[in-house]
Amino acid sequence: MLRINNLHAGVEGKSILKGIDLEIKPGEIHAIMGPNGSGKSTLASVVAGKEEYEISEGEIFYEGEDIEELSVEERAHKGIFMSFQYPVEIPGVTVTNFIKTAINETRKAQGKKEMPANEMLKMLRDKSEMLDIDRKFLSRSLNEGFSGGEKKRNEIFQMAMLEPKLAILDETDSGLDIDALKIVANGVNILRSESNAVLVITHYQRLLDYIIPDYVHVLMDGKIVKSGGKELAHELEEKGYDWIKDEVSV
Amino acid sequence: MNKYTEDDLREELKTKEYEYGFYTDIESDTLPPGLNEDIVRAISKKKNEPEWMTEWRLEAFRGWLEMEEPEWANVIYEKPDFQAISYYSAPNKKPKYDSLDEVDPELLDTFNKLGISIDEQKKLTGVAMDVVVDSVSVATTFKKTLAEKGIVFCSISEAIQEHPELVKKYLGTVVPRTDNFYAALNSAVFSDGSFCYIPKGVHCPMELSTYFRINQAGTGQFERTLVIADEGSYVSYLEGCTAPSRDENQLHAAVVELIALDDAEIKYSTVQNWFPGNAKGEGGVFNFVTKRGICHDRSKISWTQVETGSAVTWKYPSCVLKGNDSVGEFYSIAVTNNYQQADTGTKMIHLGKNTRSTIISKGISAGKSQNSYRGLVKVNSRAENARNFSQCDSLLMGNECGAHTFPYIEANNKSAQIEHEATTSKIGEDQIFYCNQRGIDTEKAIALIVNGFSKEVLNKLPMEFAVEAQKLLEISLEGSVG
Repeated sequence: MLRINNLHAGVEGKSILKGIDLEIKPGEIHAIMGPNGSGKSTLASVVAGKEEYEISEGEIFYEGEDIEELSVEERAHKGIFMSFQYPVEIPGVTVTNFIKTAINETRKAQGKKEMPANEMLKMLRDKSEMLDIDRKFLSRSLNEGFSGGEKKRNEIFQMAMLEPKLAILDETDSGLDIDALKIVANGVNILRSESNAVLVITHYQRLLDYIIPDYVHVLMDGKIVKSGGKELAHELEEKGYDWIKDEVSV
Repeated sequence: MNKYTEDDLREELKTKEYEYGFYTDIESDTLPPGLNEDIVRAISKKKNEPEWMTEWRLEAFRGWLEMEEPEWANVIYEKPDFQAISYYSAPNKKPKYDSLDEVDPELLDTFNKLGISIDEQKKLTGVAMDVVVDSVSVATTFKKTLAEKGIVFCSISEAIQEHPELVKKYLGTVVPRTDNFYAALNSAVFSDGSFCYIPKGVHCPMELSTYFRINQAGTGQFERTLVIADEGSYVSYLEGCTAPSRDENQLHAAVVELIALDDAEIKYSTVQNWFPGNAKGEGGVFNFVTKRGICHDRSKISWTQVETGSAVTWKYPSCVLKGNDSVGEFYSIAVTNNYQQADTGTKMIHLGKNTRSTIISKGISAGKSQNSYRGLVKVNSRAENARNFSQCDSLLMGNECGAHTFPYIEANNKSAQIEHEATTSKIGEDQIFYCNQRGIDTEKAIALIVNGFSKEVLNKLPMEFAVEAQKLLEISLEGSVG
């Protein structure tokens, strides 16, 4: 589904990613872990297509297509979703209106008609129930005055509504208490299927207790320095990142 | 990345032609340019006005001669040459029409281009329209229904003929002839406009609507609107405007007077979309408007405006809260782009006891434009328990525009409670990226953000107007992001 070859990227002339190789197949959950400043969020932004990042070397293939030239929204239309670490506020625009716009713009780009209102309502009802979201929440302004947990839950709710093929969760666990974390993780697990894939980016292992990854990659200084199964996450939790640093430098 | 950048957007905006930039060639009956007492008399004569009206105009003209053009507003423009303007222009085929079939087809075509099918309006929305093209009413609809309720809705010229006692009693009582330079000019030369009277206790069953258009090259338009809501009555009045594009500046100096007698309510909504000038700041309408309403006991006046057009706007719809327990409201969205300049706001004059006013102003600036809110809240010494709440929010796009807030407060009574809140924000790249990531392109994202920002005011507009206003916001801001 996603294949990244020798990716080098940076911002304003500063290089951040220094040769990433990663392959994610449908049905898989990958976790990228790493200390602060290792380039985790940059990787998420580059895959999503954020303009300010320059790719200097390497390729990103999504469903066999080189997506470097595609705009952010074109990638979104093709099924790439990124859950933001810091979701932005849009005052005066309700959660419902925002999601409706997002869904219909995507459908338009795919040459489909707008989703009928009754279908939209049913979907909103079903998915909000599934994620234990109060319906009142849907008529609030997007992220305005939301708690950290509400913002993240709203991200997962949007993901559920947009039904992406590839979901990138950028530090979705940050700022969440354990209950919120469970709800978010539960949402991701419910949405998991054979045909979609998830890339979880996190600093801590605890989210991975609830979203069990197939592969764990450790990112350091712009490179994946170690990959393994879910047990690697536990090892990192126990020993911290330093032992890998030592291992790598050896 | 091959991405639609900010620069591309700017470029597109520059080349974007004014959507309603077309010109209808209808033979016109136009006075030669220039302004003197003879011209004032000629206008009055062309309109077949009674002697008292001619005198009223002449007195206004004499007052105007003594006055100077105001310079205090935060706008810069080349002052119009008042001797180069033709002060009267009326469509030639003048008689009133009983049905649309009789209306000049070219004129109907103009309306069609604007998306205003009178037929459709009649059928679908139940809006009675008094259509003003270049100063003279050419079509009036729904008059019968209104007449059954005793409501008078006609052109001001007609009102001068048919209801002289009402016109005489109220014209110039809220905006005196010498109120300001442009009001004086308007009083001297106003060509037409609308008149509305709602009798005691009558709830006007439909939204009254007038579409103003400036049509004849080089003719300023000076409308005069007078709305009288008698005791215990209610009316919602809609005013919407677009104008064809033109190279030289066009002057527009309207005067609107609202009178809400005891227990009456007037809701006055405006959507203004006159030609704003091109991307270089050439051309565009000068919009110097005086709008004011007076509230008697327990009455309410609510102004709602969406201002997207004009090169220069100078406009302060105000309320004189003369009666006890009266209420004044002002809800405004002002959008400026390219080189547009807007200095707009309101005056809430609290004279009566327990008077309340609310001001919600939303300014959106893009391009190299300047957008100012100027508002006065004045509480008279005898206005016990007056209350005001003001909120002025500015939204900026890009780094070359300006947003300014000039709130004035004069409280002369200790019991007054006045609150003022102001915010300034910018459409951020992170907001755009967020929307893009959800599949919403930049144009649509801006529309979404702007609509959200303006929502409190858009919600105050009558339904069919709100839709039009929302479209206008999108058109006015297409391709401007920072």
